[in-house]
Amino acid sequence: MEDNKVLRQQLATMRQSFFDEGILDKHYVQVEELEDKDNPHFAEEVMTMFFRDSTKLIATVEHALEKSPCDLPKMDKYLHQLKGSSSSVGASTVWSAINKLREILKDGDIERFKTQFLCLRDEHEKLKGNLEPYFQLLRQVGPVETAQRPM
Amino acid sequence: MSNFEEAHVLVVDDSSVDRRLIERLLRVSSCKVTVVDSGLKALQLLGVDGLKVDLILTDYSIPGMTGYELLKKIKKSSKFKEIPVVIMSSENVLQRTGKCLEEGAKDFILKPVKLANVKKLKNYMKRPSTTRFNYFCCIYYYIFFLFFLSLFLFFCVFVCLSQ
Repeated sequence: MEDNKVLRQQLATMRQSFFDEGILDKHYVQVEELEDKDNPHFAEEVMTMFFRDSTKLIATVEHALEKSPCDLPKMDKYLHQLKGSSSSVGASTVWSAINKLREILKDGDIERFKTQFLCLRDEHEKLKGNLEPYFQLLRQVGPVETAQRPM
Repeated sequence: MSNFEEAHVLVVDDSSVDRRLIERLLRVSSCKVTVVDSGLKALQLLGVDGLKVDLILTDYSIPGMTGYELLKKIKKSSKFKEIPVVIMSSENVLQRTGKCLEEGAKDFILKPVKLANVKKLKNYMKRPSTTRFNYFCCIYYYIFFLFFLSLFLFFCVFVCLSQ
C-alpha cells in the first residue's frame, strides 16, 4: 500500500511536469476525463493510436522531403492531418512545431523546412519518451479503486 | 430531449484518433454511435444498409468526398434530406462555415470537439421519441376527457330522473 502511495505520488509529479513544460495542454485533460471503470485506459489507448498515426505521417513527410522536387501540397496535406490529431489529444509542443512547419512550407523554403522538421521530430520523440514510462507506471499502479481495496 | 430511446449519430472522419474521441464523447452523452472513415461508406450505410440515424456529424476535410459534398448529397436526397448534418473542421475558415450553413448544415464545430459541442447536438436531432411521448399524452387526455364526460352525463341523467 505504501509503495503504491509513493508510485502514485511519482505519477502525479510526472503528469504535472507534462503540463508545466507545455508538452500537453487542456485537451489532454478532456481525454483523461473520458475514462471510467469500463474504459480505465482510454487515455493510453488514444495516445497509442496517436503515436501510431503520427510516427507513420512523420516518416511519410521525411520520405517526401528526400524526393526532388518536393511535392509541397502533399506534404502540407500530411502535416494538416498530423496537426488535427495532435490538437485533439493536447500534444501542444508537437502542434506548435507543425504550425511553424506549415508556415515555412507556404514560403517554399525547403532548407528552413528541413531544419524545422528536425524540431518536430524531436518534440514528437520527447512526447513519446515521456508518455511511455508514464503509462507503464500507471498500469502498474492501477486505477484508484484498486488502491483502495483492503489487503 | 426526452430519452425514451438513445439518439443515433453517424460520425464521418478519416482520423482514427478523432473517430475514437468523438465516439467516446457521444457515448458518455448517451448516444448510440456508428463511425465510418469516408462519405462513400456513410452513403452506403444509409442507402444500401438502411441505417437509421438522428444526426450526421462529419469532418469537412475527408479524402474522396469532402464533408461539404456529403452534406450536399444528403440535402439533395428526398430520403435523407431531413437528417440534420453538422460539420466539423480543425480550420476556422469563414467561407467554409458560410457555404456549409447555406447548404443546410445545422452547425459548424471547430475541432477539437468538446463535450459542450456534443451536448448541443441534441438540439438539432430528429425526435422520434418525443413524437411517441406526445402520442401517449394524447391518449391520457382522451381517457380523462371521456371519464369526466361520462360523469357529467351520469349527473344529468340523475338530475332528470330525480325530477
